[in-house]
Amino acid sequence: MSVDSREASVVRTAETAVPKVSIRDLSKSFGDVHALEGVSLDLFANEFVSVVGTSGCGKSTLLSIIAGLTEQDAGSVTVDGVPVTGPGRDRGVVFQGFTLLPWLTAQQNVQFALQDEPLSRAERASTAQQFLALVGLAGFENAFPRELSGGMQQRVAIARSLSYKPQILLMDEPFGALDALTRREMQTLLTRVWEQHKLTVLMITHDIEEAIITSDRVLVMSRRPGRIRADLTVPLARPRLAAMSAEPQFRALYSSILELVHEPAA
Amino acid sequence: MSPLFLPSPVAVGERFVTQLQNGELLTDASASVYRIAAGFLLATVMAVPIGILIGTSTRIEAALEPLIDFVRYMPVVAFVPLTILWAGIDDGQKFLIIWMGTFFQQVLLIADAVRQTPRSLIDLGETLGLGNGQILTRIVLRSSAPRIWDALRITLGWAWTWLVVAELVAASSGLGYRITLGQRYFQTDTIITYVLILGVLGLVTDQFMRAWGRRMFRYERTSR
Repeated sequence: MSVDSREASVVRTAETAVPKVSIRDLSKSFGDVHALEGVSLDLFANEFVSVVGTSGCGKSTLLSIIAGLTEQDAGSVTVDGVPVTGPGRDRGVVFQGFTLLPWLTAQQNVQFALQDEPLSRAERASTAQQFLALVGLAGFENAFPRELSGGMQQRVAIARSLSYKPQILLMDEPFGALDALTRREMQTLLTRVWEQHKLTVLMITHDIEEAIITSDRVLVMSRRPGRIRADLTVPLARPRLAAMSAEPQFRALYSSILELVHEPAA
Repeated sequence: MSPLFLPSPVAVGERFVTQLQNGELLTDASASVYRIAAGFLLATVMAVPIGILIGTSTRIEAALEPLIDFVRYMPVVAFVPLTILWAGIDDGQKFLIIWMGTFFQQVLLIADAVRQTPRSLIDLGETLGLGNGQILTRIVLRSSAPRIWDALRITLGWAWTWLVVAELVAASSGLGYRITLGQRYFQTDTIITYVLILGVLGLVTDQFMRAWGRRMFRYERTSR
């Protein structure tokens, strides 16, 4: 089983030698603060990549630029070779805060992303229900956000960003506001969802365990100015299980990432 | 104490019944309610779009907000003699006073409500590919609607005050007019009766607006 999935991931990389998202020499300053300097990275199709770094290292700025919400000072972001000039439905975003619309129910929040798609009312409803079920929220379709816990609200947000089938999913510390137990649950859920519905994912996190358990590759960012300091492939087989965090491979990778994160800037 | 200074509850009750029976109370109240409704609606219809424009566009904000803030601090009471000169003593002058007393406040409160839309919800709209107009109607207005409703509820209370001010100075009907007559003939029981009625009408409209708001914005209900 584990051998099979490892082979599958090798095939996937070989098929897609052309990157899905390509970032070259990205720089961004806010006044005197150099948030990013010369950041380059590639995301390949259906790859799950995490960016880890200490808070304030510019990793959220990086995601915001890829999403098209922030403009870079220099450098380029291309998706399938086309430069990004603003936000677009090819890139879904899951924000750190729970960005549900409080006046809509869980199902209406998902449908909100679908209202301009050429779908009938019934198709919109069934798509929304299907994605809520995918994140384990069947039965909560009619709940308003204030009636849901933080973890459930973030699951609705994930269902919403998957529902319109973007090719790329960008997540900015999606579980940062959740308690440790809920966070573990959400990581398992996200991994399971991604293993079923492959898409290219870039996740920003400061949680090294989270990065390892979910990702194919982990990129380590240095402190200001933000640069990519290391690009590490996660050797663990899929499906990933929570118990894997006890494996020696996991522990070794964890220690080397921890060291890279805290190493002072050269 | 002389009943002239503070009439007994019985005298006030009797006055209430007399005014109700001779039909004056209903005529006075309907004249006042009509003026409130018209003046307040006029102010609201103008303030909502202008407030939204100021709240969403920094350029319009820079152009209009200082002006509105300036006018807002001018005492409306001081305009009563001028408005009589401009609009006479009929309903038009009452609308004008109510409008002046509420419009400028409403614009600023509504602009503030619109500005409180969380940045993250606007970012969400952009990543879903919505245009500015769609973000305004689907996100900004929906998100600020409860706060806009609160602004209207609060300014409606002020509108009652401005109405009575206008009617006290110059009118031939209305609750404020009857209070002036009471003053002229030393009918302190009439004054107290009408002051209480004004209080009740204000309370009823406020409770009605609250209940309606709770119904419309059920999703918000927390511990309120």
